[in-house]
Amino acid sequence: MATQDIAESGRESPGVSFLYDPKIRGIVYQAVVFIAIIGLIYWIVGNTVANLQRANIASGFSFLKGRAGFDVSESLIAYSSDSTYARALLVGVLNTLYVAAIGIVTASIIGFLVGIGRLSRNWLIAKICLVYVEVFRNIPTLLVIFFWYFGVLSVLPEVRESYSLPFSSFLNKRGLFFPDPVWGDKAWLIGVAVLVGLALSVLVSRWARSRQMATGQIFPVYRTAAALIFGLPLLAFILAGFPLSFNYPKLGTFNLAGGSQVRPEFLALFLALSFYTASFIAEVVRAGILGVSKGQTEAASALGLRPGQTMRQVVVPQALRIIIPPLTNQYLNLIKNSSLAIAIGFPDLVAVGGTILNQTGQAIEIVAIWMAIYLGISLATSAFMNWFNGKMALVER
Amino acid sequence: MANLDLTPRLGPDLNFVRKEMAAAERPPIGVGGLTHWLRTNLFATPTDAALSILAILALVWFLPPMFDWLFINAAWTGSDRTACITVAQGGLQPANWSGACWPFIHAKFEQFIYGRYPMEERWRVNLTAALFVLLLVPLLIPRAPYKKLNALLFFVAFPVVAFFLLVGGSLDLSYVETPLWGGLLVTLVLAFVGIVVSLPLGIILAMGRRSKLPVIKLLSVIFIETVRGVPLVTVLFMASVMLPLFLPPGTNFDKLLRALIGVALFETAYLAEVVRGGLQAIPKGQFEGADSLGLSYWQKMRLIILPQALKLVIPGIVNSFISLFKDTSLVYIIGMFDLLGIVRQNFSDTNWASPETPATGLIFAGFVFWIFCFGMSRYSIFMERRLDTSHK
Repeated sequence: MATQDIAESGRESPGVSFLYDPKIRGIVYQAVVFIAIIGLIYWIVGNTVANLQRANIASGFSFLKGRAGFDVSESLIAYSSDSTYARALLVGVLNTLYVAAIGIVTASIIGFLVGIGRLSRNWLIAKICLVYVEVFRNIPTLLVIFFWYFGVLSVLPEVRESYSLPFSSFLNKRGLFFPDPVWGDKAWLIGVAVLVGLALSVLVSRWARSRQMATGQIFPVYRTAAALIFGLPLLAFILAGFPLSFNYPKLGTFNLAGGSQVRPEFLALFLALSFYTASFIAEVVRAGILGVSKGQTEAASALGLRPGQTMRQVVVPQALRIIIPPLTNQYLNLIKNSSLAIAIGFPDLVAVGGTILNQTGQAIEIVAIWMAIYLGISLATSAFMNWFNGKMALVER
Repeated sequence: MANLDLTPRLGPDLNFVRKEMAAAERPPIGVGGLTHWLRTNLFATPTDAALSILAILALVWFLPPMFDWLFINAAWTGSDRTACITVAQGGLQPANWSGACWPFIHAKFEQFIYGRYPMEERWRVNLTAALFVLLLVPLLIPRAPYKKLNALLFFVAFPVVAFFLLVGGSLDLSYVETPLWGGLLVTLVLAFVGIVVSLPLGIILAMGRRSKLPVIKLLSVIFIETVRGVPLVTVLFMASVMLPLFLPPGTNFDKLLRALIGVALFETAYLAEVVRGGLQAIPKGQFEGADSLGLSYWQKMRLIILPQALKLVIPGIVNSFISLFKDTSLVYIIGMFDLLGIVRQNFSDTNWASPETPATGLIFAGFVFWIFCFGMSRYSIFMERRLDTSHK
């Protein structure tokens, strides 16, 4: 504001050149920068067009309709080498989202446990968690991925000498093999039961809240909800006559038949992203819990709340406010780091795009697609986390 | 208060004067020594005890085999892969042997540091490294004098000298093309150039984002948010495949330079956000105070705002340097061999291929990265405490 006042008086007083007027200067600066940027873009576009013409590359996205001609080792949707480039990219996007989603879940679980562990009164637990955090925070993500892939998973035994794990699962050089659930006729009842359980839980929690507001009586919402969400499907499972069998992997001489397989590329990427990001999430969680002042805990126990209640109703809601914004950043980092899949050959968006780039030479289009998709995922994640943050934020009158 | 006497109300027969000493309490259970420490730190509650026992079991299960693998069982001498494979595989080790393959690191050590930089020219790298340390150490010690001169030498003169020393091609130094560079040399060059270029650019972008001029603000926001929204891999790909397209036909463009541009641009956007955090934390009164003194925009920023803002965000800046240092390893993906890349490349050396080679190499690379990053983070904590002028 001060600058503007000076500007006004400056313009009125005689003898001061308009060159010293901050407003006019601002416009001139912006015009200069704008023209410079436009000039740069014009120059770049000109060069690019000339370069593309020399290399005989047609620009545009029509190449996406072409036949891909390469195979993808892992795909969530039907794909063959006869599919189009666009479909290959879709496979890549889905793989990226898949590994990122389950990576986020695992990283959050490990991160919260380690973060709380660092604050534990138990010396040993606190120290183990500290070592975990300091080790993983200070080495590159790519190194962690390589370590899982080359150091651990590729030195596993051959198929014949697979490690047997519980639930007739097998671990070997080709990945993790586990039984495939086969659902029977009436299995849809279980799905319905889950939905009914969820719906009932929402209703119960609303009713309990309004009753607590009216009468002050507390209803055990968590236990009821857990009973509804897990109990109803179990009941449906029993009523439908156990409609579930397993397709067990069987150990042959050279290969395992049946069951589901998780390939080592996916396993390495997933484990590395989870363990690496968890170390950062642990620090975020620790800072969040430490950020809730001790007076809050003391006041809660002065009110007669039990330690569990204090944690649930006083500390965690306040800590979450501190945790959520940096946690969002960590989730975004995990999503972006999943692009390192290309280094070990897991077909994510970047790896598939890279193959297409090598085949067609459509560098600009591929990089543009990458950036658009990653920006989209990032924006969607931040939008969701902002919404969540808004719900958790302090409501002040 | 003086005449407060309870005896009349109690009555004469209720007078009681204790004649003997109270029995001594039992001495408190030791508040020192190992037992007490164990009781408070490991076995305070049943849950704690259970957790401690589980943790101890896990450590017993995990640590001795690791120690065994790293040191006791490890192969320490040898000249090729036979030292690290079992007899059945054609090597020297007994069946079911498993241990680290240290001769691999020993044989490849020079390559891990210098890449394929010509043997007889490696003194140039060493000299550059010596200069680097010589200028950096006094810069890091707060009490060392001549800070301004030192910083000027380190951030302006040193890069020029280092460029001529490493690249050569003048002053009787032979030209060493960058594809020959590799290993820790490339990691450090990328990190150093990334830091030196991105810090001033990041500050300018942060000021741009806080600017009242709409065009400049918009351009800064677009740049920062776009770069921050995409992975470094795509920025590196862009730098390596698109930059040559952007330049006039026929321009030959060094691969290392492309990676440097990618890394520096990426880091700039992140630093800009860190610095913006510092700028936002400066109270409005500081800006207005500077205005009322009649300082120009640049004077205000240089003399009043930035010294305070940068001090506030030193931990953030160092953190983003640490991630930059770690991220330099991604240049492997566009076909360059930094420390991690060259370790990875050597896994496929037929002379050394063994089941133990990858893990050994990666542990070595991880250790080197860890030393650098841990050192930086400790230094940042030290500086944070030192610069903390707030009243507690």
